[in-house]
Amino acid sequence: MNLFKDAGHLLRFAALFVIAFLVFWAIRGFVVPRSFGQYGHYRGAAIGEIGARPLHFAGHDACETCHSDVVDVKKAGKHAHVNCEACHGPQAKHAADPGNVTPVKLETAALCVRCHAASAARPKTFPQVNAADHSNGVACETCHQPHSPGMDTPAANAGGAK
Amino acid sequence: MNLSRRQILVLLPAAAVAWKAVLAGTPEEAPNYSMSDHWWGMLIDVPKCIGCGNCVRACQAENDVPDGFFRTWVERYHVTDTNMTNPEVISPDGGKEGFPTAAEDAGKYFFVPKLCNHCADSPCTQVCPVGATFVSPDGVVLVDPKYCLGCAYCVQACPYGCRYIHPEKKVADKCTLCYHRITKGLTTACAENCPTGARQLVDLKNPHDPIHAFLKTHSVQVLKPQMATGAKVYYNELDGSVR
Repeated sequence: MNLFKDAGHLLRFAALFVIAFLVFWAIRGFVVPRSFGQYGHYRGAAIGEIGARPLHFAGHDACETCHSDVVDVKKAGKHAHVNCEACHGPQAKHAADPGNVTPVKLETAALCVRCHAASAARPKTFPQVNAADHSNGVACETCHQPHSPGMDTPAANAGGAK
Repeated sequence: MNLSRRQILVLLPAAAVAWKAVLAGTPEEAPNYSMSDHWWGMLIDVPKCIGCGNCVRACQAENDVPDGFFRTWVERYHVTDTNMTNPEVISPDGGKEGFPTAAEDAGKYFFVPKLCNHCADSPCTQVCPVGATFVSPDGVVLVDPKYCLGCAYCVQACPYGCRYIHPEKKVADKCTLCYHRITKGLTTACAENCPTGARQLVDLKNPHDPIHAFLKTHSVQVLKPQMATGAKVYYNELDGSVR
């Protein structure tokens, strides 16, 4: 048959094509990460990597395991829903190694006014004071125990500073 | 086993396909956490926000956000009685150190905390040319820093201005909804540190999450609903002047 007389040329060409495809497939296997496309058009392993980033804030439950005395005082007062680290800052290192990492003592004066300085922009129901008129320079913790700031809680015996 | 050249050629692609499946394996996942059981979002209770900036500081500490860049920030709106459409909006240093004292004045003031809306149909993930940003199966919009080219298409695409190019890593960066915390059963750093409970992490797939009752009984909005982004940050009592 004359029809397949020159088929050899085509077959060589087809073989080249197949080899090129296999080379492409092999390189692609190395270059594209294993988890790409697992959940969608992205690298699935990235989710685990982002989830493995280190913590800085330990979370309220971690505080409660050791400092239940302070938490009990706090629960009874106006600051019941303010989590420890909202004032004390990130304490994951302290929670992981309480013996060697000690939290720094807080500057109460700067801390209280962050939330409680009077401003017309704040919600009217939120307790606010004009620091200069309110205390005349006397430190907040002289009258208010930060963990339970109501005036019915004596400032001295409400836990906290040790 | 005698294989002809032809048989080997037929078998090679099949073997390559099988080998890929062997290599893929299963990815690392946090123990006791199943992505298919969660659909994360956030509730912002606008009347509760006092503009203390705790969330902004907490976010920067938790996620090592560089100075001058924000994954979350707080805006203060001042709307006068006669000009609803042009509110005065300030956010000095993202509200990180609070806001200047507002004198008793005409009109109303309120604070609006902002963060990534973790949109279900996110414009930012759709424009990424390399598959570096995506919505995870549990509904969190994340950036893969190893894949990101830093082209900033996504920064332009986000209608809420929630993305930035990290000044040192030169890749897109944004709120991860503290993915490293929520997958371990903790709440986000901003919600953990909010003294008034104005920010709450919500899991829409959890039938016991209080969000379901809250959404039924309150007037809740998302930002820019006309853009149909599927935003999952719900704002309670959001004022009409907020953009």
